[in-house]
Amino acid sequence: MDSTQQAPGGGIAVGMAAGFDSGIGPRWGSGLTAGAARWVAGATSLVVCLLAWQWASASHLNLGLVTFENVPPPTEVAQAGWALLQSPQLLGHLKASLARVFSGFLVAALVGILLGLAIGRSRRLENWLMPPLEMLRPIPAVAWIPLAILMFPSSELSMVFITFTGALFPILLNTVHGVENIDPRLVASARSLGGGRRAIFTEVVLPGAAPSIVTGLSIGMGTAWFCLVTAEMISGQFGIGYYTWASYTIQNYADIVVGMLVIGLLGMGSSALVKTIGQVLMPWHQPEGKP
Amino acid sequence: MSVGQITIDKLHLRVGQGAQAFEAVQDVSLTVQPGEFVCLLGPSGCGKSTLLGALAGHLRPSRGAISVDGRAIDGPHAERGLVFQHHTLFPWRKVVDNVAFGLKMQGVPRAERRRRALELLALVGLESFAGHYPAQLSGGMKQRVEIARVLINHPRVMLMDEPFGALDAQTRLMMQQLLLDLWARIRTTIVFITHDIDEALFLADRVLVMSPRPGRIIEQIAVPFPRPRDASLVTSPEFTALKRRCLQLLHPANAELPLERLTPLGAPTMRHLQFAI
Repeated sequence: MDSTQQAPGGGIAVGMAAGFDSGIGPRWGSGLTAGAARWVAGATSLVVCLLAWQWASASHLNLGLVTFENVPPPTEVAQAGWALLQSPQLLGHLKASLARVFSGFLVAALVGILLGLAIGRSRRLENWLMPPLEMLRPIPAVAWIPLAILMFPSSELSMVFITFTGALFPILLNTVHGVENIDPRLVASARSLGGGRRAIFTEVVLPGAAPSIVTGLSIGMGTAWFCLVTAEMISGQFGIGYYTWASYTIQNYADIVVGMLVIGLLGMGSSALVKTIGQVLMPWHQPEGKP
Repeated sequence: MSVGQITIDKLHLRVGQGAQAFEAVQDVSLTVQPGEFVCLLGPSGCGKSTLLGALAGHLRPSRGAISVDGRAIDGPHAERGLVFQHHTLFPWRKVVDNVAFGLKMQGVPRAERRRRALELLALVGLESFAGHYPAQLSGGMKQRVEIARVLINHPRVMLMDEPFGALDAQTRLMMQQLLLDLWARIRTTIVFITHDIDEALFLADRVLVMSPRPGRIIEQIAVPFPRPRDASLVTSPEFTALKRRCLQLLHPANAELPLERLTPLGAPTMRHLQFAI
């Protein structure tokens, strides 16, 4: 309100700012702070890579074993990307891919977590269920594609199934691992404090296995995208994987790279989403072990 | 105070599985009076933690019987609280919710159990850490929370397995004093395992000395020092005399090498034991 009363405060603030500046002065004097140095190095490296790519494709670099003759330069890719952003097609492709990934992933999460908790808690269930699961596990989800097309009435369902298969095993195995690695002393303590069977499960087993489950979900999300894109390339009509493959068949080479980048971004975003949800649900969990 | 009487009759305990099984505790008979503070003193691996595990209900006797207030022990129960050497606080629960766990199991409403948990935290001097997670506390603080979590159930007996064994010397002395203060307020029978003679004599009404494996009680020593006790006690001549006697019992001329430590849940490798009982 009063400019005269604010003056001393302002003076103090300036003094503090000066002190702060001089305090970190020596570090600036010797170059950059660690964070800034890392940022500058990362950005420079990215720019250099882009320039190298631009040069390789512009000059039709042919190394004999690998050729850049048909690789679109980054400038063309940027133009194609901009065009896709403005086209009404993009939304349709995104919707189709996201719907497939999330329905396959959610079913895998449900089945994987429930089955994992049951197997982790019961020796008998483990003895009965693990042998067939161990037989199916080494089969890559992508290898299921032909059979999936034959087994399901629509190509849509077969793609969701492939996504499900890809996400299931990381989620299942991490859940089993999480349950089996709970400190038995925690369970003993809960029982000595009056905890019954149900309480042991909800108060100790579930939260104890949660970090491992979230790890499984995060890995499963990655494999779900990987499997989906492959499945779309073979039997899709919409979707980012389909878009990428279709661009190849109609020789829109710049769009291939755009498709690749979109897939990468979506995969990254989905994994970040899973991790963020995990952190919100487990504020007590510190992966680095710091308070 | 008339609850918390422990009766052990010709107890034998076997731990381990198959060919590795061995007798950890042999023919132990013992009565602990209500409200008594008893220390079990013995060399590492002598079976004293195994005996404690049987009292808690995590291990079954192979022969003999144990009962508390005339009722045979047939599994863990909130009436017999157990404190481990290394804390077993739930990392996902804040300190106050860890302490309130026992009340939650009894179905006490949230506000009420929070109020009582804060009361107990105040008793152990940690009310200002109620909102912290266990990982944010020091080792000594974690053990104080662990003790508060057991005491909130008003157990008939509190079973403590070298609870201060992993703490530094300074913190250990502080915790011993704190435990005696707590015990003076919340009177309960305490069975306290230790291999530290000073600790046993400072805390206990009675010290039971155990032999190396298989564990048997070879001597009972009444500790006559008046309460409240303070740190100066450990330098008195009477204390030193009792300590000398304990040393002779624990380290006879033909002493063997120390054995692997056992736990209240059986042999250290038996990960799934508690699910079996």
